[in-house]
Amino acid sequence: MLQFLLRRLMFMIPTLIAISIVAFVIIQLPPGDFLTTMVASMAAQGEDMDQSAMRALEEQYGLGQPVHIQYLKWMQGIILRGDFGDSFGWNKPVAELLWSRLALTFVLSLASLLFVWVVAFPIGIYSAVKQYSIGDYFATFIGFLGLATPNFLLALILMYIAFKFFNQSVGGLFSPEYQEAPWSWGRVADLLAHLWVPVVIIGTAGTASLIRVMRANLLDELRKPYVVTARAKGLPEWRLLFKYPVRIALNPFVSTVGWVLPTLVSGAAIVSIVLSLPTTGPLLIRALLQQDMYLAASFIMLLSILTVIGTLVSDLLLAWLDPRIRME
Amino acid sequence: MAVTDAKTLPPETVSPRAADAEIESSVSVASQWQLMWWKFRKHRAAMVGGVVTLIIYVIAIFVEFLSPSSPGVIRADYTWAPPQQLHFFRQTENGMRWDPYVNGYKVEIDPEALRRTFVIDEEQIVDVGFFVRGETYEMWGLWESDLHLIGSTDAELPVYFLGADRMGRDLLSSMIYGTRVSMSIGLLGVFLSFFLGILLGGISGFYGGTVDNLIQRAIEFIRSIPTIPLWMGLAAALPTDWPPLRIYFGITIIISFIGWTGLARVVRGRFLSLRTEDFVMAARLDGASELTTIWRHMVPSFFSHIIASLTLSIPGMILAETSLSFLELGLRRPVVSWGVLLQEAQNIRSVATASWLLIPGLAVLVAVLALNFLGDGLRDAADPYNR
Repeated sequence: MLQFLLRRLMFMIPTLIAISIVAFVIIQLPPGDFLTTMVASMAAQGEDMDQSAMRALEEQYGLGQPVHIQYLKWMQGIILRGDFGDSFGWNKPVAELLWSRLALTFVLSLASLLFVWVVAFPIGIYSAVKQYSIGDYFATFIGFLGLATPNFLLALILMYIAFKFFNQSVGGLFSPEYQEAPWSWGRVADLLAHLWVPVVIIGTAGTASLIRVMRANLLDELRKPYVVTARAKGLPEWRLLFKYPVRIALNPFVSTVGWVLPTLVSGAAIVSIVLSLPTTGPLLIRALLQQDMYLAASFIMLLSILTVIGTLVSDLLLAWLDPRIRME
Repeated sequence: MAVTDAKTLPPETVSPRAADAEIESSVSVASQWQLMWWKFRKHRAAMVGGVVTLIIYVIAIFVEFLSPSSPGVIRADYTWAPPQQLHFFRQTENGMRWDPYVNGYKVEIDPEALRRTFVIDEEQIVDVGFFVRGETYEMWGLWESDLHLIGSTDAELPVYFLGADRMGRDLLSSMIYGTRVSMSIGLLGVFLSFFLGILLGGISGFYGGTVDNLIQRAIEFIRSIPTIPLWMGLAAALPTDWPPLRIYFGITIIISFIGWTGLARVVRGRFLSLRTEDFVMAARLDGASELTTIWRHMVPSFFSHIIASLTLSIPGMILAETSLSFLELGLRRPVVSWGVLLQEAQNIRSVATASWLLIPGLAVLVAVLALNFLGDGLRDAADPYNR
């Protein structure tokens, strides 16, 4: 197991490097470097940039030097000092803006993942056991509908219904009195009370596909001879179901986390924008629209890294569940 | 997988008469495509999906003729005018008579918000006709015409079957024009990713070894990044001063750049499983070149799978474009797509005053569902030898 873990960690290194390169490319994509944009925007506000400050920034980011030097300088700052560069839109170091938002994104994605599991698991089993029943067709239909509805549209519709029929707003993650409050049990409870709306919205698409996976796997398993044998022996139906078929069908369930997680993080980004949640989404889009590239790229990079780590955890979980994988 | 090429069979063996006469014997001699069609036909949802998809693409082709007006026409007097219901028959003294019309608007002042709102006025009648002369347009950029399938007979009185947006633009016309953009982005994006997918997936599966390993790592990497933030980052990098058409192609390239991975996996899997098949070995022993082996013998046997996967990846492209445009990072007016239209419904205030602005979302839903069902049916039918 330890060896497996080490091997997986080794595999992760090139992925992480590739992610950082992609993020850096995104910083480089807009025409001109960020310093010229910064000077232009300050000039527009009637301010002049201090020459020495400009030179210091040029030195810090290696502007004017070859691209790979700039990349290495950026990475060096992140790894050695936790310095992601500056957000000129906020006039703050990126690192200050990053962590609290990222933590909430993490909580949101994790909660959505749990929601997806909790909902997809029983419905998937039901759909497989009662194949072609009305409940199965209904689940399939809802599943397809969930796949076809863009997340943000669902958010809009839910907002509209809440506004029209319950006359309340569903945006945000905190009530006004807890908005700026320090963390306390009350604030956590308030967060949980608000969290379910985005969680349900983000979770629908993932739930739909996981139900399909669970159903297909379990159906394959239920047709196997050992199930017939067990039934012939007179095993009660629920034990017959949970003793082996469900456990085996669960393996792909865990391995799909690898691709469900990117969808969830994606969905969280866009739903957060619509519902104006204090997560990375709204900040990311603002940064992109203002071409505040260090902030935007740092978000994209950390979201991707978060996803890769999540995938790693799911792989480990799978290896723990299924000895065949770790022995490979 | 012995029968790989439909052309090797004599044509008379697949005539429908033979199929009716003796199904058992006809199955054994039917071509691969014939078998697929039989299997596909049985899939009810897929048939419905196919018909709906076809209708949507027909709409996308005849956009100019089908829409009552142009999407760019701004009528400031009709801000947020609600949808008018189309009545086909009118009550007269001699009973019901065929005479399509809609009810006109009257303006009311909302006492709370102190804002002008439009209400349907049952007293007023606006005549509606089929094949009416309206605004001139250029059909496919070839010839000029002013014939519209449906519209107001009076040019001064516009009709809004699905209501108007904040600038008084007709939502129905915008949606019909949006069909062309949204659906073609899906199609174009799929062809681009088809090219990338078949090229890289093919190389990966055919040669195996180090190349395969490298391409597989690349695919895993792309799939592990959350797509929407990445798309957002790339789309934001498109210069804002680009002309709309170039933005359109830029967005398509960005979307397909990430979408090819799924297809590449399918192609690779097929190549890997076919590589060891007897007929491939036979072709090789016959001295066929690598390219001939691939195109003449291997591609035909998994072509149907590719078509199915292509169909299944169109919805993803449509959703991607819709999301990007909705976030104002994708297409912009004057180009209208369903996503651009949904921008109008971005905040709860406009949705609360004009809930019909969500209707383009319904179009997305129908298109994506139809394509999903169609793709599902095609995928099942693609392997006719499998039960």
